[in-house]
Amino acid sequence: MTEQATGAPHPQQRARSGGQQPTTPERMTGAQSLIRSLEAVGADTVFGIPGGAILPAYDPLMDSVKVRHILVRHEQGAGHAATGYAQATGRVGVCMATSGPGATNLVTPIADAHMDSVPLVAITGQVASKAIGTDAFQEADICGITMPITKHNFLVTKAEDIPRTIAEAFHIASTGRPGPVLVDIAKDALQNQTTFSWPPQMDLPGYRPVTKPHAKQIREAARLINEAKRPVLYVGGGVMKARATAELRILAELTGAPVVTTLMALGSFPDSHPQHVGMPGMHGDVTAVTALQKSDLLIALGARFDDRVTGRLDTFAPFAKIVHADIDPAEIGKNRAADVPIVGDAREVLADLIVAVQADHEAGHKGDYADWWKDLNRWRDTYPLGYDTPDDGSLSPQQVIERIGQLAPEGTLFAAGVGQHQMWAAQFIKYEKPNTWFNSGGAGTMGYAVPAAMGAKAGVPGATVWAVDGDGCFQMTNQELVTCALNNIPIKVAIINNGALGMVRQWQNLFYGERFSNTVLHAGETNSDSGSTVGVGSTVNRGTRVPDFVKLSEAMGCVGLRCESPDELDAVIAKANSINDRPVVVDFIVHEDAMVWPMVAAGTSNDEILAARDVRPDFSDGQED
Amino acid sequence: MSKHTLSVLVENKPGVLARITALFSRRGFNIDSLAVGTTEHPEISRITIVVNVIDELPLEQVTKQLNKLVNVLKIVELEPAGAVQRELVLVKVRADNESRSKIVEIVQLFRAKTVDVSPEAVTIEATGGADKLEAMLKMLEPFGIKELVQSGTIAIGRGARSITDRSLRALDRSA
Repeated sequence: MTEQATGAPHPQQRARSGGQQPTTPERMTGAQSLIRSLEAVGADTVFGIPGGAILPAYDPLMDSVKVRHILVRHEQGAGHAATGYAQATGRVGVCMATSGPGATNLVTPIADAHMDSVPLVAITGQVASKAIGTDAFQEADICGITMPITKHNFLVTKAEDIPRTIAEAFHIASTGRPGPVLVDIAKDALQNQTTFSWPPQMDLPGYRPVTKPHAKQIREAARLINEAKRPVLYVGGGVMKARATAELRILAELTGAPVVTTLMALGSFPDSHPQHVGMPGMHGDVTAVTALQKSDLLIALGARFDDRVTGRLDTFAPFAKIVHADIDPAEIGKNRAADVPIVGDAREVLADLIVAVQADHEAGHKGDYADWWKDLNRWRDTYPLGYDTPDDGSLSPQQVIERIGQLAPEGTLFAAGVGQHQMWAAQFIKYEKPNTWFNSGGAGTMGYAVPAAMGAKAGVPGATVWAVDGDGCFQMTNQELVTCALNNIPIKVAIINNGALGMVRQWQNLFYGERFSNTVLHAGETNSDSGSTVGVGSTVNRGTRVPDFVKLSEAMGCVGLRCESPDELDAVIAKANSINDRPVVVDFIVHEDAMVWPMVAAGTSNDEILAARDVRPDFSDGQED
Repeated sequence: MSKHTLSVLVENKPGVLARITALFSRRGFNIDSLAVGTTEHPEISRITIVVNVIDELPLEQVTKQLNKLVNVLKIVELEPAGAVQRELVLVKVRADNESRSKIVEIVQLFRAKTVDVSPEAVTIEATGGADKLEAMLKMLEPFGIKELVQSGTIAIGRGARSITDRSLRALDRSA
C-alpha cells in the first residue's frame, strides 16, 4: 500500500483568531456578523460594488469604522485592487460583489490571483437559498464557476455559518501557498438573525500545509551546494510571500552563488547586488538565462519552472541537478524532476539551509565558484541589457520607463500591465526591496495595472505608486481612475502609448511576416496596408489620437499630461512626481517599432536566446560536461 | 496502460464529489469507475476511483492536486495484491420455461443470486472482481441480456490496518 497523507507532521499555527479573547455572544443579523467577522480578522479595506443579493451586507458596512469600503466602477477593478493591496501589504486583499454578473466579473481577477498565489478573499452575494438552482434573477453558480481557479470556495446558506466561514477563508487564503478563496453567501443567510461570537471554531481537518522542511533533505541540499561548480539560486515569488528575503541574502552571500529572480520575485534580492545576475525567462537577461542553461545545480526556491522561464522543457538546464523547495508539494516534480525535493515554507527552508551550509563550511567543505563567476562576468560584460533610441527623435519606450524608475522617490511601488511595457518595466526599473513590483505574471491579465496600483496605494498610502501601463491595457480598466480621483488615491499612471497591442505586434513582426492583423489601436485604417480588409474603418479619425488620453484622464478627475520628445521627458516625469493631491496620467507617445529583447521564442530552447534581432550570443566556450 | 485504484477519504459535505471529478477531467484523465459512500464515521465519505493511465507521472500529479483540496482528508492507492476489490452487477436476462434452469445453473456456478423472476426474465445479482463478473456476463449473453446495471469498484486493504484511523484523529483534533 502506498500511502499519501494530506496532513503534515507539523501542523501550521492556527489563524490569528486563535489567540483572541472570546467575545460575549450577541444577537444580530448574518450581515452584521459578516462585517463583525471582517473587522475581527483585521480586514481594513474592501473593494466592491453593491447589488441586490449582497445589499444586506452593505447596510451594516456603512456603520463600520474599521472597514473602509472603496466603491469601484467595475468588479474586475475590485478584484485586481484587492490583489494590489495584498501584494503591497502582505495582508489578505478583500473584494465584494453581488450575485450573477457581479460575481462573474470577479472571475478574471480571481484566476489572476490564483496563478500568482495572491491571498485574496472574494465575498459574493447569492440569491436566497430557496431560489438557488431555479435560474433566479442574477443567479450564477459562482462556486461552480470558480472551482478550478480558487484555492477553495464556500457556499453559505445559514447565518450561523458566516463567522466560521470568514475565519476559515482568511486562514486558507493566507497560509500555506496563498491563494484566492471565494465566499458565496445566500441573501437569506445575510438577512436572518443569528448569534455572533468570536473567535469561531474552525473546522478544516483536511487542510494542514507543511511548513517545516525535512532535515535530511536540507543536509543533502547543502552538500550539493558545496560540491557544485556552477550553482544558481533560482528564486521565485514564494520567497517574497514567505517574507524570506533577508534569509535569501544571507544564504546567497554565505555561498557566493549567483542569484536569478523571476518576474514574480523582482525585488526579493537587490538588483544592484553584485551576485544578482538578472531575470531569467523569455525576456530575461542573457546572463540569467545562460546561467541556468550552463548550471550544474539549480536551487529553486518558491519557483515553479514555468514555461516562460524554462523555454522548451527538455532542453532546460540540461546539466543541472535540481534542488526544489516549495510549500506546495504538487509543484515539486510537476515540470522538472527534482533530485532533492524539499516541501516547506521558503523562510524555514532558507533558515535551515543557512545552518546546514555553514556547518559544511566549518567542516572544510566550501564550494569554489571562481571559474563560474569568470564566465558569468564575461557574459554580463558582453550582453548587458540595452536598447536603441529611435533615429527620428521620437521617444523610446525603454528610456521612458528607465527614467521613471530613476526619478522615482525612495520607496516607490510599481505596477505593470501585460505586454511589452511590462517586460521593459521588469528590465529597466531597478528593484531593491521586496513588495515594490506587482504584475500579472501567471495569467498575463491585460488591464491589471491601474486597479492594482489603486489597491497598492490604498494599502500603503504613504508610498508613491506608479502604474506602468500600455495603451491597450489602459483601455481595459482605466475607469478605476474615477475611483482613485473620488477616494483620494492619487496614483500615477504612465501610458506607454505606441498606438498598438505592442507585444502581439512584436510577434506579428517576428513570426507572422509583418502582417499586423488587428493590433493597431488608434487608426482603424492601417490594416489595409497589410493587405487585410479586417478592421478597415471610417477615415474620419484618421491621423488623430482616439481616445485622447489627456482629455480622458481630465474627464475622470485626474491631471493629464503628454510627453512626445526625449527633451521633455525628465520635466514631465518630475511634474507627475510633484502632484500628490490627484491621480496623474502621463501619455508617453513612444516609437511603435521598439521590441523587447532579449527573447527566447515560444516553444524553443533557452539555448536559442536572441540578444537582439538576429543576434545569437556567442559563448565560444564549447559544450561543457 | 495500467489500472490504479485510489481510495479517497473526504469530508461528507456537498460539492466534494464535483471538486474531485472536475480535477480529474481538467488534468485529462478518464475515470474508469467511481463509487461513493459513507464510512463507519458519518462525517467521512469514501470515494473509490479507478483510473487507467499510460504514464505514472501525471497520476502522481493528480494525486498531489487532490491532496490539496481542502475537503480531502487522505488518499491511498490500493495495490491489487494487497486489497480486496468488488463490483456489484444486476442483470436482467431473457428466460422462458426452457432456458430458466440453465440460467439458474450459471447463477449457482458463479455464486450469484436470483433476485427476481417473471415469466419472461430473471434478474440476477452478482458481486465479485471485474474478471469474474465479465466471465458470468459472457455465459449469460446467449440467453439475451435485456438490461444491465453495474456499480463502481469498491476496494479495501487486506490485514488489520484501517486507513480511516489517522484521519479520524485529525478530525477529532479539529473538532
